[in-house]
Amino acid sequence: MHRKKRVLIAGALFITATIVSGLAFYVRADALPAEREIHITAKKFEFTPDTITLKKGEPVVLVLSSQDRKHGFHLREFGIRADVNPGETARIQFTPNKTGKFIFSCDVFCGEGHEDMTGTMVVTE
Amino acid sequence: MGEMDRRGFIKLAGLGGGIVFASSLGLNTLGSVLDYANGYAGKKVEKDFYFVQLSDTHWGFSGPKVNPDAEGTLKKAVQVVNSLEEQPDFIVFTGDLTHTTDDVQVRKDRMAQFKDIVGRLKVPTVHFMAGEHDASLDRGDAYQQFFGKLNYTFDHKDVHFIVLDNVSDPGAIVGDSQLNWLKADLKQQKPDARIVVLTHRPLFDLYPDWDWATKDGAAVIDALMPHTNVTVFYGHIHQEHHQMTGHIAHHSAKSLMFPLPAPGSVPKKAAIPWDASAPYKGLGLRNIEAQVRQAKYGITELNLSGG
Repeated sequence: MHRKKRVLIAGALFITATIVSGLAFYVRADALPAEREIHITAKKFEFTPDTITLKKGEPVVLVLSSQDRKHGFHLREFGIRADVNPGETARIQFTPNKTGKFIFSCDVFCGEGHEDMTGTMVVTE
Repeated sequence: MGEMDRRGFIKLAGLGGGIVFASSLGLNTLGSVLDYANGYAGKKVEKDFYFVQLSDTHWGFSGPKVNPDAEGTLKKAVQVVNSLEEQPDFIVFTGDLTHTTDDVQVRKDRMAQFKDIVGRLKVPTVHFMAGEHDASLDRGDAYQQFFGKLNYTFDHKDVHFIVLDNVSDPGAIVGDSQLNWLKADLKQQKPDARIVVLTHRPLFDLYPDWDWATKDGAAVIDALMPHTNVTVFYGHIHQEHHQMTGHIAHHSAKSLMFPLPAPGSVPKKAAIPWDASAPYKGLGLRNIEAQVRQAKYGITELNLSGG
């Protein structure tokens, strides 16, 4: 009889723990949504896309690649910069914390149109 | 030139805009006091002198709406310098001698043409430095074939000049190696030495969104800070600009091809179109009068129209 009771109690504890841990996982997954990937391609002398719209507080990953030569990606307002080398992918995790329009630019001199190689990041509420 | 003839210099200054800093009128007494304080008393101090700064000539650029006289502007500048009543001790070109091109042979052709034109300057001593248009695509390879080293020093009448390269790395840095070279050179200088830094990009963050900065420029300024008499002359931004970082003054020069808007004044940086009612507006060169004892530099802007 005692043994049966112990088995029942152990079983109840196991089920409770399973429910609680499952609930915890559910809450955690809900709190940390999957990061959206934004793919940006650089080539002389443009970024594609050259306008990116994000929501404030939305975590994203900027995935940067080059189609020709070395470029740079500089989003000064958020302190973000990366080299963008051909044959490589640069990934930048980023959560915009303010709204507005922000310029990003190539900061590695790449030729005559280098100074026109810019884009705009639009962050909305 | 020998001793500066003040009246001659003021007359010469009348060619262009005003003198940014007052000439030494009334400062000689103060200068003597400073000489004593700085340990210059009793030492023979060299005479004042002046040099000419030309910048951003962009030889090879083509854009009739921006400069319909793209092939004549540099030649005109050479004429202006050659016609100065008092010839300068030397001339400096602070980068972007040529306009960039991916074609290596065209780059070399432009450099050869540029060198031929400025070879007509009467003044025998000319110090060149590179801009990103000259040197960023090949890390200064062609530039060095035509104009020599990318960073170097020279001394003139008690002033120590340091030429810094912040362009041959396309990432707009001076780099650790050159920074160490700079620190070693500065160790040889007294704390009150008269030091002039010549470079292309601004060493401070003037407007990084427009590439108007040197990424490790703060490290350069930190290295210079212990020296009490440092002035920087640079180009790159195609307009006059004057800024202090602590006690260090930074002065940018106009271009000799096209002017650019004030930092951040428009959403997108673009050359200011040619004004047919005022040809060569926004373009120019400058005389820099070095007042060695006072460690001051009088800047006189000269335009190309002679008025």
